[in-house]
Amino acid sequence: MAAFARLPGFRTLRGVRPAALILLAAAVTGCATMAPPQPWEKGTLARPEMQLDPDPLETKITQHVYTSKEAATGGYGAGGGGCGCN
Amino acid sequence: MNMKSPVFPRGLRAAAAIAALWLAAVGVQAAVVGDAAPAFALPTAQSGTISLLQLRGQVVYVDFWASWCGPCRRSFPWMNEMQQRYGGRGVTIVAINVDTKRADADRFLRQYPATFAVVYDGTGATPGAYAVQAMPSSYIIDPQGRIAGVEHGFRDERRAALEEKIRSLIVAR
Repeated sequence: MAAFARLPGFRTLRGVRPAALILLAAAVTGCATMAPPQPWEKGTLARPEMQLDPDPLETKITQHVYTSKEAATGGYGAGGGGCGCN
Repeated sequence: MNMKSPVFPRGLRAAAAIAALWLAAVGVQAAVVGDAAPAFALPTAQSGTISLLQLRGQVVYVDFWASWCGPCRRSFPWMNEMQQRYGGRGVTIVAINVDTKRADADRFLRQYPATFAVVYDGTGATPGAYAVQAMPSSYIIDPQGRIAGVEHGFRDERRAALEEKIRSLIVAR
């Protein structure tokens, strides 16, 4: 360890406060050190308000308006084929 | 603070602590076929306890479920059926609920009643010990207490295979 500290690159670290080092470590790693939720811990993530599309019916109705009034369809997630049948 | 103290070993120690935490979170090995089934003793709704050890000599179908788990709604009627068909032939179905709120589980059970044993582990200790990889997950445990089958999720097309697995273990018993 002492031999390491005598290397030129590490000598510059001597002036750094430990708190700054810890802050740096936290900032660099971000949330990477946090364990992701386990499969049995996803109850909150499974709630309807946590979905990407919180109201599928509302989305469907809005899309129908676009399709019927503006003759615009697709470009919104998984699209239809363009058979003109809705 | 003594500013003369070497800083580098301190930083190294912090890094080691972070690495140890990460390992503790990630390092649990999933329970696989052939392993001894991790033991558990969990409370039922009727203030009883079911432990895996007291079920030694039986074929045990352990199912991890939650109220928010979609496929669990289809697995419950099937497990009722299995309980009815094989309950008298040395098969015990134990469904371990992993909801953190008991009320959620109760609401689910009112909608999808269970005729098999339901126990509760809101702490995550038991699913952690099995390193459950999907919800629901089922473990078929042979009379010697070894894991004979692992099922991730519940799919209708797997019903027959699961039943066959249970039946083969009854015969081997």
